[in-house]
Amino acid sequence: MSIKTSDLPLNERLRKELDDKFMRTSIARAQDLLNQKRSDAFAELGNYEQWRENAAAVRSHVLENLDYYLNQFVDKATQNGARVLFARNAQEATDHALAILQKIKAVKAVKSKSMVTEEVGLNEALENAGIEVIETDLGEYILQTDDHDKPSHIVVPALHKNRDRIREVFAKKKGYTGNNVPENITRFVRKQIRQEFLTADVGITGCNFAVAETGTITLVTNEGNGRFVTTTPKTQVVFMGMERIVPTFAELDIIFSMLVRSAVGAKLTSYLSLMTGPKGEKDKDGPEELYIIIVDNGRSQVLESGFRDVLRCIRCGTCMLECPAYRHISGHGYGTLYPGPLGLALVPILAGYEEYKDVIKICSLCSACNDICPVKIPLYQSILEHRRIIAEEKLLLGSVETFIMGLYSQIIGSSSLYNLGAKLVRFNDLLPKLGPLKVWYKERELPEISRERFRDWYRKHESKGK
Amino acid sequence: MIKRVSFFATCLGDTLFPEIGIQSVQLLEKLGCEVSFNPRQTCCGQPLVNSGFQAKAKKSMRTLMTALLEGGNEYVVAPSGSCVLQVKEYGEFFKDDPKLETMAETLAGKIWEITDFIVTVLGVTDVGARLKGKAAYHPSCHMTRLLGVKEPPLALLANIRDLEMVPFAGQDKCCGFGGAFAVKLGPLSGAMVAEKVDNLVEAGIDYLIGADAGCLMNIEGRIRRQGYDIKVLHIVEALMTGER
Repeated sequence: MSIKTSDLPLNERLRKELDDKFMRTSIARAQDLLNQKRSDAFAELGNYEQWRENAAAVRSHVLENLDYYLNQFVDKATQNGARVLFARNAQEATDHALAILQKIKAVKAVKSKSMVTEEVGLNEALENAGIEVIETDLGEYILQTDDHDKPSHIVVPALHKNRDRIREVFAKKKGYTGNNVPENITRFVRKQIRQEFLTADVGITGCNFAVAETGTITLVTNEGNGRFVTTTPKTQVVFMGMERIVPTFAELDIIFSMLVRSAVGAKLTSYLSLMTGPKGEKDKDGPEELYIIIVDNGRSQVLESGFRDVLRCIRCGTCMLECPAYRHISGHGYGTLYPGPLGLALVPILAGYEEYKDVIKICSLCSACNDICPVKIPLYQSILEHRRIIAEEKLLLGSVETFIMGLYSQIIGSSSLYNLGAKLVRFNDLLPKLGPLKVWYKERELPEISRERFRDWYRKHESKGK
Repeated sequence: MIKRVSFFATCLGDTLFPEIGIQSVQLLEKLGCEVSFNPRQTCCGQPLVNSGFQAKAKKSMRTLMTALLEGGNEYVVAPSGSCVLQVKEYGEFFKDDPKLETMAETLAGKIWEITDFIVTVLGVTDVGARLKGKAAYHPSCHMTRLLGVKEPPLALLANIRDLEMVPFAGQDKCCGFGGAFAVKLGPLSGAMVAEKVDNLVEAGIDYLIGADAGCLMNIEGRIRRQGYDIKVLHIVEALMTGER
């Protein structure tokens, strides 16, 4: 996979998702449930706004001093015995991984959930080289089994499927004969995956956050599969987004307090794995070799742009769960690996306006995301600014829209033209329903407009001496 | 002291929904304000800004600022949180022009959303309205989240005689209007307003009351399309009903 997850044009993509009533019901239910859990978890924590302030401050500080913390982290991690590699882009990242895996003659890799590996298209690169890749996160495993279905959410990738659909997938692909009870399905999957852990040559993970002071890699998981990936195979390869770093464990505490509550509405996940270097002499388990690939892939570009704040993101997915547009189209409607408000804010600057000029339209500017982002990313403002750049700097909008907007700006820029235009609008019911009117009318009635404008009434009102 | 108010009708309130402007003026006058309306005013420019055409919007911003500040009234009041929000942000667009920036800041300091003005400036929460039935309030996104006007409309509605206000599922969710969004991504916007209307029907209300004409136009259009018996009112219309 890469950042782009669909080749369909925007409108077709949206139509397809809007027609999927089953998915829409699943997503709406999941949104309501997870939002309630999150809200309860933060209510219990207390001082919500102060926590957000602190978390945002930590992330901003790191981004402002990223070179310093990256250096510190690399020094420490190297001292700990890890080998650290930098990748400027997706190609370099997958090349690094391939070189490592080919050196150890790996034929099977187990993975824990990682967005950055998907961003760089790691699975395809490894599979093309004849290496089997097994996703061990339950959600990702479901998608992989279902002919590589695409994730619809960054934390809960199979959010668009419910227990019935999941049962069907395993029945069809893996010979599952049980019912739709989640525990039974999970037990079945666990048995399948356990074999993979024991026979894999390499474990591949992401990194939720790295701790600069100690050179530690951390993983937040709920199923324990991440723990397995990092303890069983002899070699571990970690993919880490360049900005995923905190100075010390004190800041890690703040970030995780926000991440876990935001992502799944819990105080803590079942597993929090902290890995400082490969297996030591006294350690019972852990990889003998540990590689850390730090991925830029457009992040430097974001850092230098006016959108630095977007890199504060801790990948909790809350903005998606709050988004009223996401609710009806899921992550699939966006056609981007990072969907929802974060996707809109991040993808154009990470991967280019030309390719992603349309996705930015999927926002009604309601600003619900701004109010709940645990690191206070100005998502609404970022989306508006992207729209400005697309319309006025890159000139990427169609000539029709640009012309209509130009005309509208002339009309409302002039008191007399506006006065005339407002008169003409009254006769809209005589006009054929074309263009925007047609789109509006398809979903709802046009307003019933009186022949008199407010200003006409006011003139009479004023002359009556009020 | 009599409050002198320059009224900003907004383009929707002026051209499509004159009743909102009319009831606003009458309400403000009833509450003792001296209201004036400058017909040189136009639109706040938000349709342009939200589509990315910020430079193109500047001319209308100058036109509107000049019109609203003419006469030097102490207050400018509009029946739309969304338009007020846009006007309050004008300063951002004129960072390179100290004169216009000052003008924008002056206007930002004077402009009020109408319910906020009535409650916060006039100190009134009971305007003496009476409306029989069950109603729900749709908190518009810009007004509630970005302008931060949450309580004033609720306080005013709570004091309407014979009116029972009820909550509904997904109350604070966007109705799917979003200005040009409604026609750029019509089907998605349609799905959003359909859910909003389903939830309103579920609540069993006689009236839906809101404070932003755009959202109300969207919701009302959907209610009418589906033939439901829910009357949509701008809050100024609700506040001007059944005067005692």
